[in-house]
Amino acid sequence: MDEIQSLLQGFAIALTFTNLALMFVGIVLGVIIGVLPGLGGANGVAILLPLTFSMAQTPGGQTSAIILLSCIYWGALFGGAITSILFNIPGEPWSVATTFDGYPLAQKGRAGHALTAAFTSSFVGALIAVIVITFLSPIIASFALEFGPAEFFSVYLLTFCAFVGMSKEPPFKTIAAMMLGFALAAVGTDPVTGTLRLTFGSLRLLTGFDFLIAVIGLFGIGEILLTLEEGLAFKGASAKLNLRAVIETWKELPRYWLTSLRSAAVGCFMGIVPGGATPASFMSYGVARRFSKDGDKFGTGQIEGVVAPETAAHAAGTSALLPMLTLGVPGSPTAAVLLGGLLIWGLQPGPLLFVEQKDFVWGLIASMYLGNIAGLIVVLTCVPLFAAILRIPFSVIAPIIIVICAIGAYTVNNALFDVWMMVVFGIAGYFFKKLSYPLAPLVLAIVLGDRAEASFRQAILGSQGDMGVFFSNGLVGSITSLALFLLFLPLITLVLARLRRG
Amino acid sequence: MKTSFDRIVRAALAAAVVAIWPLSGQAWEPSKTVEFIVPAGTGGGADQMARAIQGIVAKHNLMKESMVVVNRSGGSGAEGFLDVKGSEGNPHKIIITLSNLFTTPLATGVPFNWRDLTPVKMMALDNFVLWVNAETPYKTPKEYVAAVKKAGAKNMKMGGTGAKQEDQIITAAIEQLTGAKWTYIPIKGGGAVAVQLVGKHIDSSVNNPIEAVAHWRGGKLRPLCVFNDNRMPYEEKLTGDLSWNSIPTCKQAGLDVSYMMLRGIFMPGGVTADQVQYYVGVLRKVQETPEWKDLMAKGAFDTTSLEGKEYADWVAREEARHVTLMKGAGFIAGQ
Repeated sequence: MDEIQSLLQGFAIALTFTNLALMFVGIVLGVIIGVLPGLGGANGVAILLPLTFSMAQTPGGQTSAIILLSCIYWGALFGGAITSILFNIPGEPWSVATTFDGYPLAQKGRAGHALTAAFTSSFVGALIAVIVITFLSPIIASFALEFGPAEFFSVYLLTFCAFVGMSKEPPFKTIAAMMLGFALAAVGTDPVTGTLRLTFGSLRLLTGFDFLIAVIGLFGIGEILLTLEEGLAFKGASAKLNLRAVIETWKELPRYWLTSLRSAAVGCFMGIVPGGATPASFMSYGVARRFSKDGDKFGTGQIEGVVAPETAAHAAGTSALLPMLTLGVPGSPTAAVLLGGLLIWGLQPGPLLFVEQKDFVWGLIASMYLGNIAGLIVVLTCVPLFAAILRIPFSVIAPIIIVICAIGAYTVNNALFDVWMMVVFGIAGYFFKKLSYPLAPLVLAIVLGDRAEASFRQAILGSQGDMGVFFSNGLVGSITSLALFLLFLPLITLVLARLRRG
Repeated sequence: MKTSFDRIVRAALAAAVVAIWPLSGQAWEPSKTVEFIVPAGTGGGADQMARAIQGIVAKHNLMKESMVVVNRSGGSGAEGFLDVKGSEGNPHKIIITLSNLFTTPLATGVPFNWRDLTPVKMMALDNFVLWVNAETPYKTPKEYVAAVKKAGAKNMKMGGTGAKQEDQIITAAIEQLTGAKWTYIPIKGGGAVAVQLVGKHIDSSVNNPIEAVAHWRGGKLRPLCVFNDNRMPYEEKLTGDLSWNSIPTCKQAGLDVSYMMLRGIFMPGGVTADQVQYYVGVLRKVQETPEWKDLMAKGAFDTTSLEGKEYADWVAREEARHVTLMKGAGFIAGQ
């Protein structure tokens, strides 16, 4: 049990007064960053990176520096859920799936329950992922090496297909929304030829459509337009303002242990591969809807619908640090910035980091346990405070939301053009909802579209155009088959039902 | 006579541009926060260097005003370059460049050129090393290239970061010289390229030293040669008896290709000599810090550093070379 001994040493390193203080500072900053749409965890960590530079020069300072930065990351993971639940505006990409059931819960006056469920499952997801990191890191690191372009594409395909096959909306509406998302994701630089495409000669379209701007517009502005139409009432006004919601939710949560475990497994897999927290949250939501007893009620305000994506997102976000530490491949944008930090501090991530920088690695792993406990305490005590925001009259809060959305959209690229794009997406979001087209597949396609395209084309380049590459070994073959099975699941169920009847 | 006249005109211009700054014969200094543009995403090599410079400047109090790093990576960095091009005369903006200074306008046709900017200082050159998986039998670039020729492009994959950027240009340079052909696979991020090579999803890479060193030391990758005219000077033992210095240059090993990537600082056009000189001074001080030296050693950088006319001449030569290489490979937009 070498790991346990190393871990105890790690706790000894992480448990100093300075480090604990840094943990709380990091968590609070991270929550704020997570709440503000646009200012993502990656930006937040990047801004603070130079500050840690002198910190890392002192003995043991590298551990303190990574504790501060990683706690910002945990905080952002926690914080992303807050605005998703309260206002239907995801603060971070991975909390889009949290809006599906979180927002309806808030509208029913159960915002406190939804927040508690989100925070607690985030914590559970992170905890399971840290345990996996603690004991299985060497095995898992070598598993990630199996992933070439074809394998990556099959994972993205699985995410898309899981969404189509398990969605409640008519499959064709889902596919239509998804295709629009792919088209938007294609704007900008072609990943294989390096040339510009679909920019119509406009230099403004060089950057393509940023996912965050689409989300802020589609969800945030779109939601406000809808509420305006329905008469300026906020439905969540009856939210309770005490910690009783926390206790009530905790009594309910053990019921969903199977969903939690499944979501954590999906999350760890996606984090390690590394596919990222966003596909993990979508996939886990889809899977939970399929397998849950109350699957039909998903989308109307089910606690289970909050548990699934939050557990997976946090598990993926946490386990994404493993490929970063052992292979130097970041599993998320934030992990990419942390990786840059490690290199600046003079640490070389890779297989030898665990051998040569034992104190650093185990201090970091210990801080993952402690940081998430600190995070849970911080956010849970704030639940009544967050829920109280819903008591503010809509006529006051709506302009504030619009201002925050506009600032968020501006922050992404420091461009006013993006604020106008946000408004356009807002109007589009309003019409999507009026015509009952789902927004989520559109968003999913914008987030993963270019990555899926790049890995598809890399795989096809390598195989000289042979599509057989997606079935060329057991790993990629089974993921692709599973994806295709899920895609045609609605058809299969339909045919089976007809056969049984006939 | 002409130079002193020139100086007077420039000083007058500076006074006009920075009206709030009293013309008291003092050297120019920034009067507000300086924006440090990175024409690439967060976490990459250029971003790391920019943030390291920012950290060193803050730690050693090298500037009175603060410096803030802004990533503008759209269109392979075109977004960042266009921003600086459009900020003519603004002395509170600097940009760090990588090879996309040349490759992006050539490959995409986006209208900018390094002559739209003012060269400040070359900070270092980034080295490229030819890597293969340690389980393959190739010990020299000659052996490897011969094997590629025999196997053909269908069966040999070169992985690299980005499309029509430095990694693919080096690949094209080797192809043009030797007649060997690869299927080039563009992958996002140097770290990911190295891991794809460890996982044998590609056959070779031209990763920067820092991107692949961990896998070399872990016994998974083997360096064949460095695309530099001189061996890397770092003699610290990394794996067994080997150091960066043990890797032969490609030329020594019989593959006459040399390529280094510019890590240089530019300002917008239309700034005064005083303003340029100010940043040159700050950056010189950055280079003297132990943190900078440490960064150079960790990344096995080539520490060549040029300023003024020498720097501009170097950039011009390098641009011409990129045009030739990219023309030969058919990488130029509308070609």
